[in-house]
This record gives sequence, C-alpha cells and structure tokens, in this order.
Amino acid sequence: MKSITQRKGIEEIEAMLGSARRVAIAGCGTCPFMAGTGGPKEVVELARTLEERSVERAWSTVLPVACEPLAPEAQKEFSSLLEGAEAVLVAACSLGVRMVADQVVLPVLPALNTLFIGREAEPGFFVEECAQCGDCVLGEYGGICPIVHCAKGLFNGPCGGSVGGKCEVDPNLPCGWQLIYDRMKALGRAEELARIRPYKDWSKSLSGGARRMRVPVPPPKEPEGK
Amino acid sequence: MKSGSNLEKVLEAGHFAVTAEIGPPKSGSARVIEAHGEEIGHAADAFNVTDHQTGVVRLCSLAACAILRRMGLDAVMQMLCRDANRIRLQGDILGAVALDIKNVLCLSGDHVKFGNHPEAKGVFDIDSVQLVRAVKDMRDERKFICGEEVAGEVPLFIGAVENPYADPFEFRTARLAKKVEAGADFIQTQAVYDVPKFRRWMEEVCEAGLDRKVHILAGIIPVKSVGMARYMKKYVSGVEVPDEMITRLEGAKDVKEEGIRMILEIIEQVMDIPGVHGIHVQAVGWEEIVPEIMERAGLLPRPVI
Ligand code: SF4
Ligand code: SF4
Repeated sequence: MKSITQRKGIEEIEAMLGSARRVAIAGCGTCPFMAGTGGPKEVVELARTLEERSVERAWSTVLPVACEPLAPEAQKEFSSLLEGAEAVLVAACSLGVRMVADQVVLPVLPALNTLFIGREAEPGFFVEECAQCGDCVLGEYGGICPIVHCAKGLFNGPCGGSVGGKCEVDPNLPCGWQLIYDRMKALGRAEELARIRPYKDWSKSLSGGARRMRVPVPPPKEPEGK
Repeated sequence: MKSGSNLEKVLEAGHFAVTAEIGPPKSGSARVIEAHGEEIGHAADAFNVTDHQTGVVRLCSLAACAILRRMGLDAVMQMLCRDANRIRLQGDILGAVALDIKNVLCLSGDHVKFGNHPEAKGVFDIDSVQLVRAVKDMRDERKFICGEEVAGEVPLFIGAVENPYADPFEFRTARLAKKVEAGADFIQTQAVYDVPKFRRWMEEVCEAGLDRKVHILAGIIPVKSVGMARYMKKYVSGVEVPDEMITRLEGAKDVKEEGIRMILEIIEQVMDIPGVHGIHVQAVGWEEIVPEIMERAGLLPRPVI
C-alpha cells in the first residue's frame, strides 16, 4: 500500500505560507520518496524554489517515515532543525502532516496533495484500488472494486456510457465494469453478476467522524540473557 | 393496475405507446412547462421531464411533472442517483404520489463532469437497479429501504433505462434482466439510429423472455442539423450515429426535412421489431416537432382510455 501524493502548485504553497519568511521543509523517505514528491531531491528543490521566489530562507530534511512517531533521538534532532523557522512545510502525505503537526508548535502546512491509496501497477505507475469503505466487497467482483474503479460507484453493472472498454467520464479511463465483467468471465463467474446487490451500508465509511480502532499492543520484550 | 397512469393503461391495452420528453427551463417558470404541454400534450401518452440532464441545473422534474399533472397530462418523473441519497429519493417518491404523479423513471445519471457544476460531488448512495427495487418495495411491500412501513399507497408505474449500444454488449441483456427483476414495468432505451444492432439486442431480449415481463419503448431522437448528428456521434456517450446518416444529411437540400424523414424510417422499422411496445421521443430543445412526427408516423390521435 502506498499513499500517492502530488506536489501542490508553488503559488498555493506561498499563499499558505503567508508572511512566514523562514521555512523548514520536512520530506518523507517512504511513499513520497517513491512517488518523487517528498524525497531528498524534491525537498531541496522546493527550498531553492521558495528562496528564489519569495522566502528569506528555506531549509530541509527528510524524515524516514513521516507517518510514524520519531524516536526520542530523532525527535531532538528534528526540533533543533526547526529552530528559527516560522512555518514547517511537510512534503509527505496527510498522515505525515498530521504527525508533524502533533509534535510542533508552529504552523504546519501540507506541500503535497494526498491523492489516493494505491498500488504500483507497473514501475512508476500508481493506480487507486480502495476507498477504505469499511465493508469490503472485492470477493464478489473478482477483486476489482466497483466503488473505486467505476466512476459512479455502481454495484449492479455498467451504466449506459461504457463504450469500447472506456468510461464515459474520460476516454483514457478504463470502465471499471468492463474490467469486472472481463475478470468474472475469465473466472467463469460472470453469471454471479446477474444477482441484484443489496444496498450498501455506508455507515462504516467516510462520515460520522474519524474512525478509530484499538489493537492489543504486545508488551516490550525482556532484555535477553537474564 | 399498478398505478392507473395513462401510460400504463395504454400499454396494458396493447397499444403502441408514445412518450415524449420535455426539457425544463433554467428558471422557475411554470409557463415554459405549460407551453410545452399545450403544444405537444395531444401527441403522446405521457411526458418525461428530465431531471438536471447532463448535470445542468434546471427546474426539477418533480415540480415540472406536478405542473403537467395540473394540466391533466400524464407525467413521468425522472429520478437520479447522482443527486440524492436514499432518504431524499424515497421522500421525493412520496412527494410524487402526493402530487398525483403516476410514473417514475429511475436512472443513475450522467456524471457531473458533463454539467455546469463539474466540481460537485456525485452522491451514488444507491444505484439505478437498487432505486427501481426501492420504488417497487414501497409500492408492493409498503416498505422503505430500512424496512419501516410506508403509511399509505404508492401507486407508481416504474421505469428504467437501458442502452443497447453500450458495452460490454454481452452483459446488456443481463443488466436489463436485473432491472426487470428489481421491478421495472417499462424501459426507455437510448436513441436508436443503428436499427440492425437494436434488432439484434431485441432478439436477445425476447429470447430471454423479457419482452413479456416489461414494456420496451425505443428511444428516438430527431436530428435537426448535420452539426447535431456529428455532435451526438462524438460527444454523447453510448449513442451510435451511423456515418451513412450523416452523409445523407450532408447531401440533403432541406436538412430538417431529411432528418424528419430519417426518423420516420427508424420509427417504422422499430415498430416492426417484436417486443417493442412503444417509442420514447426525445426532441431535445425541439419539442414542438413531436406532433408533426407523430402525425406523419400515423401515430395520431393517441388512444383515449
Ligand atoms: S469495497 Fe471498500 S474496502 Fe473493498 S476495495 Fe472497495 S473501497 Fe476498499
Ligand atoms: S462507464 Fe463504466 S466506469 Fe464509467 S461510470 Fe459507467 S459503468 Fe462506471
């Protein structure tokens, strides 16, 4: 799973920065590094661009995994890096932005748009696969999500706009229902698609506030050799 | 009778039915709807009013249908899954009943991308098959989706749409079967220009026995100009306009007349296809032509039942 991100336009970033003249930038060495949006190269470039255009000073670092809490040592290092900054720009997905915001008493601003959770279908090519609806139906659709792959999230078959395997919304977008039909046919299960699907329970997703879940945390291991 | 609507009566009596579409204005003018009703009210058995077609905000179908009812015309209210969730949709169904509207047409709706608010969020809480089922359960089981009881009758004739030209072609009949199983009483199809392909699809439909369970009305869109034909071919997803038709229009001295002749030929052929119980004429922005087409097709006067 990867959080797929895209750099915001420089004007939008500058508008968020407002009057801040000294800016620290934190990238992320995981998904944004792979997507080419928040790795070492990109944060240095962003700092340079900002300095050339509008801010007095911009400097950068890359957190190894921005969405995970920093170890105490790393935390100290990060804090000293932020000294003198009037704002922190985070070139990570929204989870990284949230994590940094929790640790810092400064305006923390997103440098990236978090687009989707996807997989790398081929090198350098990411595809959205899941909208985290909380009630997975992949089993009934040959592993292709109708909520994500159909532009209208239809559960009972293709709309009237599916032509030549493409979606009515965009001639470059594969019709999710053509994908589902082809896959189910290949699996010898096409006739299952004739069943009327029940109404979706959306209460498990996307509304009703932030979803939370607690899992048991294993106790810390005893040091060896005792 | 499920609803007692004029459309239902005409179909159940075995007549070849005609429905016609009325496009509502981008204003709150009841007069525009009334004027259409006065002009073409005698030329069809029931009148669909589109609901924010192609994602463009207009006077809503519910209100426009109520205006047509006031004039004594039978109306088909169109409902879209794109613009409302199950609460709103079911509430509008009750609203339709309260306003004596007797037919509804359940659609997914074009994607908002094509409309004048392309940044809007599409709802798609339920899909069109599920909406058909919801109306049927309200009518026949007196139950809302949640299972609670509907306190009163819901006498509605339930319609759905199908596009015989869309893909995957092999799945289109299965999808129609789903809508029939869900509870569709009548089907209005996408515009028919390529008659042989439509005939092939109808053969499949009849083979599956669906023509005995549902009334199929073939979609008819009169073309006014070469530009319109080209536009539909290129931009209206799922409409197939054969090249010969465009060439024929291009070569015509009187394009409008040629367009009408072409449409009359299509109507004539479609009337001969087994299982077709009527036509649905969508003269978008050209409603006034409907009586002439019906007259020349020999479909006037409409039966009075
Ligand atoms: S059904 Fe829900 S959980 Fe499963 S892939 Fe689709 S969005 Fe994700
Ligand atoms: S064309 Fe296919 S993917 Fe696009 S909205 Fe219709 S069914 Fe869904």
